Amino acid sequence: MSLHRRNMLLAMGAAMVGACSKVADSGGSSVFDAAEDLHRKAQQLFRSRTALVKEYSPADISPFFRGNGTTQPDQASYALSAANGFADWRLTVGGLVDNPLSFSVDNIRRLPQRTQITRHDCVEGWSAIGQWTGPRLSLILDAAGLQNSARFIVFRCADELNGSAYYESIDLLDAYHPQTIIAHQLNGEPLPVRNGAPLRMRIERQLGYKHAKYLTGIEAVASLDGIGGGEGGYWEDRGYQWYAGI
Amino acid sequence: MTPGTNTASAEAPLETHRKDTPPRASAEDARPRHRLSTRLWHWMNFGCLVILFMSGLNISNAHPWLYWGDAGFLPEEAWISVMRFPGWATIPDYYSLAPARDWHLSTAWLYAIGLLFIWISMLINRHFRRDIAIRRREWNWTAIKEDVRNHLRFKFDPEEGKYNFFQKLSYGLVYVILLPLMIFTGMAISPGWEPTLGWMIELMGGRQSARSLHFLAAWALFAFFVLHVALVFVSGPLGQLRSMILGDRK
Repeated sequence: MSLHRRNMLLAMGAAMVGACSKVADSGGSSVFDAAEDLHRKAQQLFRSRTALVKEYSPADISPFFRGNGTTQPDQASYALSAANGFADWRLTVGGLVDNPLSFSVDNIRRLPQRTQITRHDCVEGWSAIGQWTGPRLSLILDAAGLQNSARFIVFRCADELNGSAYYESIDLLDAYHPQTIIAHQLNGEPLPVRNGAPLRMRIERQLGYKHAKYLTGIEAVASLDGIGGGEGGYWEDRGYQWYAGI
Repeated sequence: MTPGTNTASAEAPLETHRKDTPPRASAEDARPRHRLSTRLWHWMNFGCLVILFMSGLNISNAHPWLYWGDAGFLPEEAWISVMRFPGWATIPDYYSLAPARDWHLSTAWLYAIGLLFIWISMLINRHFRRDIAIRRREWNWTAIKEDVRNHLRFKFDPEEGKYNFFQKLSYGLVYVILLPLMIFTGMAISPGWEPTLGWMIELMGGRQSARSLHFLAAWALFAFFVLHVALVFVSGPLGQLRSMILGDRK
């Protein structure tokens, strides 16, 4: 009888180890990707397209807003631009759009603005609250005239991490979300360098690594294949989930 | 469920109009000590908890400080600085946040579906009401003290019912509070759930409080696990294991 029990336990143990190593061998990618997709769909099922995240009061603002990832781009061109107050900074809008556009930081400041005090959640686990100001991404996409084949918005950045250009991407659902803005101010001041000066994205329903800093380009694309490592972002190319709502 | 009962006539459906009378002794004897649904879930949930706990320790290593309130990122704001968990205790067995999150968030689905399954099963087969829910008269100081004495004498079998007071209390806390709390605090940490579950996050005291509660509930489950295994060991481990695998008759 105890032999039977032992066999059964051994069989269960073996099945579990087998299943785990199988998942691990395939990089676990298919199972993990399916689970990620399920999380995204579950969240979207229980909220409207424009459902807003909580906006806080000025009293809740973190006294110091931590910078993570690149906190000081080391390109000489960036230092030069920063020394000039980013007067020569250009943000280009291209890809699958009818009218490619190019903005200076001053152009961005003159567009209708949205100010929001939101919580920034890092994939590592910490949170900080800050007040962000800038135009909605939807405003700029509408001005550029998104083509029907566009499915994702790719963000190009001036910084490099470990020798690779930082970039990110989101779907149109988040691109057109009312709280998705191109921020040029933090807490009423021009963005500090550690937080992405002069321009950065705010994509409030996702984790911090989606919020591209040192923004230089906005590109509408039909597919993420062939961009960077093909996974849709700097961290995604290094194994992190593309959908960072969880 | 009760084939071959001798009292009910063949054409009458079994146990109609008898909802509140206890099952007959013969039926009681025929039922396994642990139902198939309980056994399946028990082992699946055990596997899920091992993966969730160990990948969770890896995730904890990414930022081993816990805070109360909405925000926090400076160690000096933390209410606790958590130890760095060694590779043998984590999944994967080296520090890597991306695969740890993949394991954690994928297993979370199995765990959540399993918990939903056992709750529905327990409500249908009345396992919860019959065996785990503590009746009003059991909240009795003399009886509880007697149960403590019994525990100290390593006597665990209650005179009536399946579980003694402390078993009911611990299983009840695990089923009603700890296991569901892991899911809800986990969702409260996810920025994508914030628009939907803002009220719940507020109730927990903010995102960082939810993260702290997630951590505390995980360790409470670990403490339950240690106690549970220890008590299995002192109460005839082979028989206990056998009945949780094969069911066994009462």
